[in-house]
Amino acid sequence: MAEKLFSRPQSLKDVAFHYCPGCHHGIIHRLVAEVIDELDVRDKTIGVAPVGCSVLAYEYFNCDMFEAAHGRAPAVATGIKRSQPDTVVFTYQGDGDLAAIGCAEIVHAAARGEKITTIFVNNAIYGMTGGQMAPTSLIEQVTNTSPYGRNADSAGMPIRMSEMLATLDGASFIARVAVNNPANMAKAKAAIKKAFEIQINGHGFSMVEILSTCPTNWGMSPLEAAAWLEQKMIPYYPLGQFKAPEGVAK
Amino acid sequence: MAEKILMKGNEAIGEAAIVAGCRRYFGYPITPQTELTEYMAKRMPQVGGVFLQAESEVAAINMVYGAAGTGVRVMTSSSSPGISLKQEGISYIAGAELPCVIVNIMRGGPGLGGIQPGQADYFQATKGGGHGDYRNIVLAPNSVQEIVDMTIQAFDLADQYRNPVMLLGDGALGQMMEPVEFKATDTVPSIKAWAANGMRGRTQPNIINSLHLQPEKLEQHNIHLQQKYAAIQKNETRWEELYTEDADLILVAYGITSRIARSAMEKARSESYKVGLIRPQTLWPFPAAPFAKYAKTAKAFLAVELSAGQMVEDVRLAVNGVRPVAFYGRTGGMIPSPKAVYEQIVKTLKERGGN
Ligand SMILES: Cc1ncc(C[n+]2csc(CCOP(=O)(O)OP(=O)(O)O)c2C)c(N)n1
Ligand code: SF4
Repeated sequence: MAEKLFSRPQSLKDVAFHYCPGCHHGIIHRLVAEVIDELDVRDKTIGVAPVGCSVLAYEYFNCDMFEAAHGRAPAVATGIKRSQPDTVVFTYQGDGDLAAIGCAEIVHAAARGEKITTIFVNNAIYGMTGGQMAPTSLIEQVTNTSPYGRNADSAGMPIRMSEMLATLDGASFIARVAVNNPANMAKAKAAIKKAFEIQINGHGFSMVEILSTCPTNWGMSPLEAAAWLEQKMIPYYPLGQFKAPEGVAK
Repeated sequence: MAEKILMKGNEAIGEAAIVAGCRRYFGYPITPQTELTEYMAKRMPQVGGVFLQAESEVAAINMVYGAAGTGVRVMTSSSSPGISLKQEGISYIAGAELPCVIVNIMRGGPGLGGIQPGQADYFQATKGGGHGDYRNIVLAPNSVQEIVDMTIQAFDLADQYRNPVMLLGDGALGQMMEPVEFKATDTVPSIKAWAANGMRGRTQPNIINSLHLQPEKLEQHNIHLQQKYAAIQKNETRWEELYTEDADLILVAYGITSRIARSAMEKARSESYKVGLIRPQTLWPFPAAPFAKYAKTAKAFLAVELSAGQMVEDVRLAVNGVRPVAFYGRTGGMIPSPKAVYEQIVKTLKERGGN
């Protein structure tokens, strides 16, 4: 991260990320920060970091931050938003955090239509603990706790959280994006911006699921990881907008 | 509001919280404290506050974490099995040093146990409960009036020390109706410069966090917490004592059990037995001082609890082997009669009274 290609968004602190080479967490942080800058809401934004590789997000985002217990970010965000309704509250969560241990919290925050925005980073694995199976790991995906490949008979099928949450009336905006190429990155940023705008405009729950790489625990080079995301993840996790309030363009 | 009104313990907690300026409540129904949750559902909208029925106790305590971190006064309540679920969140709240009030109206356990009164959560209330080296301040009222006073005090203590405060009652206290008075408080809510409520012109972000990855930093944080706990022990230990000066036998009981113990003590006194009572009002910090003092004059102690013997361990630590400490308890929602405690008094005096 030595060279600076773009100027740093104000909503990111001037510190180096700890993420591995080829990991998408850093790109996603940057897109979220750019959106906060563009909407000019940093002064009233409160973020909630998860337990996972992005646990230190509170050291990167240059706004008020909370570090939540594993999976509990949507409940923490609920407490924040219900106490400070004039703020803009977002959670940043991995797939273990959101789809496994915190499944109840995300479902009910969405069902209540909490006016919060969730940035859901789906990398199909537990990164922080060194590569165990996530609820989102693909069938036949080899991880440290599915060493023979994920087997549907025993581990079930991977969960598509966006599709599931989109069935809830309280969810106002749900989209799945990726950041594996410039075109997708632009779409991802647009979706993140919509999600924040929906919160700011007083609609209900909004979430952007972002397909992400974990080259380290996938056992791949950054290039191989980007290709695996494209060839394996996107077919099972189709990109697109699953829910939006009337009048919000696809 | 000086006149007395008749109120149920559970509802009195709710009204006292409102008097204390609490406008955020997150809870999940469980017997025998559900009246409190229902009371908050009714009252919070009337006073412009927030009531939210969470999807679980786990969620409720994490909502408390979020609310408390933004600087508002916030409360949650539950009963034993629900408190077990909250322990993860309480540990995070203690680690991040957030003020909040947690009510536990105890029932009998373990497991789903029963719905009748119990005091078997003493360990989980006073010894940490969740992971790590931390302490809750634990207040133990024994009347509906004291429930009111301690609930208000709980919010002040929480703010003063940036620490969770647990109000530990039991099903009997929660259901009991007594006349109460809500004394207007002059508490000025403290200014919380640390709160993460949006920067709003502040130059540096505020961060609510319990993670310290470097061992040196985590140890420093623990040392800081221990210093805070030492200050709480020094300044906030409370107890009540009755007829202790000349007592041969001193009863020890808190909450509802202290009322039974008191009746038994009065009967024993009328029979010329020299019996006294120490009633801890704070369970953590535990009032060790009176035990050290009366270990010099009393011949024995008798702890009475609605448990198989939990607080008695702290009594034994405080008496430190100088005098015998006997125990009498009922469990499972069974409540001893004053007569049963009286019989234990006579028995203990006979066996351990030295004469
Ligand atoms: C209660 C609890 N259980 C387990 C853990 C261990 N743990 C830390 S991070 C993690 C999984 C994180 O995976 P994910 O949410 O997918 O995020 P990633 O690291 O992949 O970004 C686990 C299981 C924990 N910290 N707390
Ligand atoms: S372990 Fe995986 S998710 Fe974590 S920083 Fe490295 S590449 Fe990213």
